[in-house]
Amino acid sequence: MAEKTKTNKEDFIPLTVEFSGGLEMLFSNQKKHDVSIPARDESGNSSNIAFLVRYLCDNLMKDPKKEFFIQDNTVRPGILVLINDADWQLEGEDEYEVKKGDNILFVSTLHGG
Amino acid sequence: MTTTIDTTIHTLREEIASCETRLAELRTQLAAAEARSQTESRNEQKARKWPLEKDDYKRYGRQLILPEIGLQGQLRLKKASVLIVGVGGLGCPAAAYLAGAGVGTIGFVDGDTVDESNLHRQILHTTPKVGMSKVDSAIDYCKSLNPTLTYTPHRTPLTPQTALPTFTPYDLVLDCTDNPATRYLISDTCVLLCKPLVSASALRTDGQLMLLNHPSRPAGSVPARDSDSPPGGPCYRCVFPRPPPAASVVSCGEGGILGPVVGVMGVLQALEAIKLIAGGRRDRRYEPSLLLFSATADAPFRSVRLAARRPGCAACSARATVTRDALAGGSLDYVRFCGAVEPVRALGPGERVGAREYYAEEPDPDPDHVLVDVRDKVQFELCSLAGSINIPYSEIAATALPPRRRIYVVCRLGNDSQLAARRMKELGLGAGGKRWIGDIRGGLSAWREVDGEFPDYG
Repeated sequence: MAEKTKTNKEDFIPLTVEFSGGLEMLFSNQKKHDVSIPARDESGNSSNIAFLVRYLCDNLMKDPKKEFFIQDNTVRPGILVLINDADWQLEGEDEYEVKKGDNILFVSTLHGG
Repeated sequence: MTTTIDTTIHTLREEIASCETRLAELRTQLAAAEARSQTESRNEQKARKWPLEKDDYKRYGRQLILPEIGLQGQLRLKKASVLIVGVGGLGCPAAAYLAGAGVGTIGFVDGDTVDESNLHRQILHTTPKVGMSKVDSAIDYCKSLNPTLTYTPHRTPLTPQTALPTFTPYDLVLDCTDNPATRYLISDTCVLLCKPLVSASALRTDGQLMLLNHPSRPAGSVPARDSDSPPGGPCYRCVFPRPPPAASVVSCGEGGILGPVVGVMGVLQALEAIKLIAGGRRDRRYEPSLLLFSATADAPFRSVRLAARRPGCAACSARATVTRDALAGGSLDYVRFCGAVEPVRALGPGERVGAREYYAEEPDPDPDHVLVDVRDKVQFELCSLAGSINIPYSEIAATALPPRRRIYVVCRLGNDSQLAARRMKELGLGAGGKRWIGDIRGGLSAWREVDGEFPDYG
């Protein structure tokens, strides 16, 4: 039993996922979520941001307006993805492999003034 | 003997008296000379040219004594010119602080007039100015705050044709506008003219701030390998290469905005501009960043690192397609680039009734029909029609409806109500056509044709 729990723990990666700029409204109006995602994606590769985005869309997002978060299998234009407070462009974009304790922030750009 | 001594004494006394007379004369001459010299030096003092106007020392004294400003910083502010595009929730506080700080020339671009719904946040506009051009209203305020500066009005909205000539005379631009199309246009123009851009935005209780195109280098320029000079900073297109889907763009009118939230962002824009100008080092190496402000978060300010200029950026890379000719020639269609929201046409004519029609047809209270208001709870509590029930659009699937013969759906403007009615049909609430489901055309906005006293919240 203890052995099984240990294996389970290693199969999942705990992360903090945050939403800002109105995206939180698509995620139960909650800005910060502690999530555990599978360590391997559907094809058995290490989980990356592309997988995280799909996973959040399928498992965390209750709102039916999926197109406001995801388009063409990636985050829609106008959303910045920040990996530990740095633009994902600096980290390899959606190929970045998530690590235990990472903070992933999705920010929707605002236009009002 | 006595006589000789007497003579000596007499002679000495005479000599002393003569010396004293001479001394007195010399003292008078000295005093006169000293007085003359003081007057001359005072005159000299008067003729000395001070670098700032006499009143400026007093007006700017509290910032002049800061090492971040000092005399040189103040002189740079005085020489500088800043263009504020958009004189609304961001532009108003930004303008007030720039005028207060003594930025020599401030330009204002806005084609709008002051509306009552602006007043809770656009702090330069006042109740008697409703209907006046926002540019004139802002200049009016700034002139009374600081009459020593030059204010330039640009009373028409920014277009691709006007952007280059409008921006050319200015050193720095503040983007205080409210839509993606104008934001791309402003950024592209700043890149073409090598001007730094302070960009901010706000919605609901959140704000964002970026310093873009800083340092300002021509598109595609790469610093020489042996030079210390840093590369150009990213532009708006580097951060957002593709515009968001039009349907995802929420305006302050739709989403709401808290006055101090947009105020904070405008004040921060003025601060960035003052730092950039007074510091006098526009070539300084700068780590691009985005400042996020969230009024409701435990730590309201958060700064995140942005990437450098994007290789292949349409505006600032060596492969740029945004050129002066393309911009001035009108071949860049920003409105089309950003897309427009198509009018909602989810229902047919038989599924829609006008406000007057509904009022005439449906006596109230009527056990035979139900009126469903699909706005969110906050708006419903603000004002609603008698007898209506509130089921927010996102909760339609999860809420049971009373078993009446007809369902009327109403919202603020008549768009969501169509989508909600269609969704109800998809969910099978129409009982295979046995139950009529439709909406009130034009929403509550049209209800004012029936009841002029029904509140209008913007």
